[in-house]
Amino acid sequence: MVEAGPWWSGVLLPLILVAFALAAAMMDSSLAARDAGGRAGWWEPLRSVGGLLVQQRRRTLAADVLLWRGGIWALLAGGVLASLVTPFGRWSVADLSIGVVWFNAAEVVAWAAVWLVGWGANSAYGLVGGFRFVAQGLAYELPHMFALITAALGAESLRVSDIVAAQESLWFVVWMPAAFAVYLISILSMAFWGPFDQPAGRDITGGVLAELSGVDRLLFSAGRWILLVSGAAFAVPLFLGGGAGPVLPEWLWSVLKTAAVLAFLVWVRRRLPTVRLERYEEIAWMVLIPVMLVQALMVAVVLLVR
Amino acid sequence: MWHQMAFWLCAAGAVGTGIAVFRVDSMARATFALLASFIFAAGTILLLRLTYLGVLVVLMMIMEMVIMAVFMIMYMMNPAGLMPMSMVHNKIGSVVIAAGTFALLTAVILLVPWPSRNGEPPPDPTRALGEALMGSKMLVMMVLGLVLFATMVASVVLATHRGRYDRYGDRLDAKRPNDPVRGGLRR
Repeated sequence: MVEAGPWWSGVLLPLILVAFALAAAMMDSSLAARDAGGRAGWWEPLRSVGGLLVQQRRRTLAADVLLWRGGIWALLAGGVLASLVTPFGRWSVADLSIGVVWFNAAEVVAWAAVWLVGWGANSAYGLVGGFRFVAQGLAYELPHMFALITAALGAESLRVSDIVAAQESLWFVVWMPAAFAVYLISILSMAFWGPFDQPAGRDITGGVLAELSGVDRLLFSAGRWILLVSGAAFAVPLFLGGGAGPVLPEWLWSVLKTAAVLAFLVWVRRRLPTVRLERYEEIAWMVLIPVMLVQALMVAVVLLVR
Repeated sequence: MWHQMAFWLCAAGAVGTGIAVFRVDSMARATFALLASFIFAAGTILLLRLTYLGVLVVLMMIMEMVIMAVFMIMYMMNPAGLMPMSMVHNKIGSVVIAAGTFALLTAVILLVPWPSRNGEPPPDPTRALGEALMGSKMLVMMVLGLVLFATMVASVVLATHRGRYDRYGDRLDAKRPNDPVRGGLRR
């Protein structure tokens, strides 16, 4: 059973997310160091954090500072708020009756946030990156919503604890594999990570990240990592049975499953090349959406005849 | 007490950011001021304990306003507010219309004998909403969906400058469409 935690769990949540994000960043940098043939580089994120904290902010001409900073904070807030309904073992900060919709609304903040960061700097590269993210949003958001709806449909409830409870006998990943795969793809896209990193692509010198420096860059990167963590963590109650598992306590299973999904998402970045947006767009609309419709139909039919 | 404060915060916030839409020069700022106004309005819906509708308004408005920002910046002559430009047109006419509408609506609010509450709100408003949409209001929603979809298809057909004859040739017999940008399916 999942229930709402005490008030201080809301204070604890950002700390847990930051810990996961830091661990993921460390894994990413040690993979990068290994690929480059160097020694273990797991401390690199800590050094970057220190460096960015003391670095002076770079200014651009006629930047829209309000929207720029607003976008940075919005991404961070969206990433943290998305995890408000994610159960950690037996407790979630808030077990809302419309938990799935809440998660969706919080991660959609990334649409506005990334575009604003791209726009605010008054730099062509940033702007191109921001517009790329909007185009990417048009590709990933509908399949993503169908994936969320399919899991909610399987449990016949929008409440996350009901979804976890519905997986007692069989995890949703077993009979909704397409929804799980599409969910992972859309998480990578919304954190513009891995094969979907075109909004921050190297061909546009970092895109939305191009003009970010100092604390701004630190907060924005943290927001991006936390969004990735929140997405990975929500996959656990949606498809992987939440905290269910033998021997170990429920919270530990939540941690282990989240870590496994997150590690896969971090690892996949180095295994897959960047997908160009016009290709992703067509694949999303011509393949992923029909696949999700069929998957949702299948789940609905199973529920009706069961 | 908290309800009252939250309501007035949302109400004042919605009106304030709504005014800001017409006071700022930059299209990006105007769009996101409008988004802030919608989010404050969603706050009042949440105060009615209509959680689903309130969160849905936030969700939809963020996506809609980001799409709108793209179009606002595409069509406006001064997207970034670097050159002075007025957001208001036909000032006298719009002032008259706005004042008239305000007076009319206020009069209606004050003069209509409002009925007292009859019955209780449902225990789960989300379920009640779903049952209404899929039950008694089904026909309306189906027609609405069809009209919206037809509008979308029609506007895309009208707006695109490339039709199937451009893609597949005059006899529609080309094996592969002649597209300037190839999509991901290698068709």
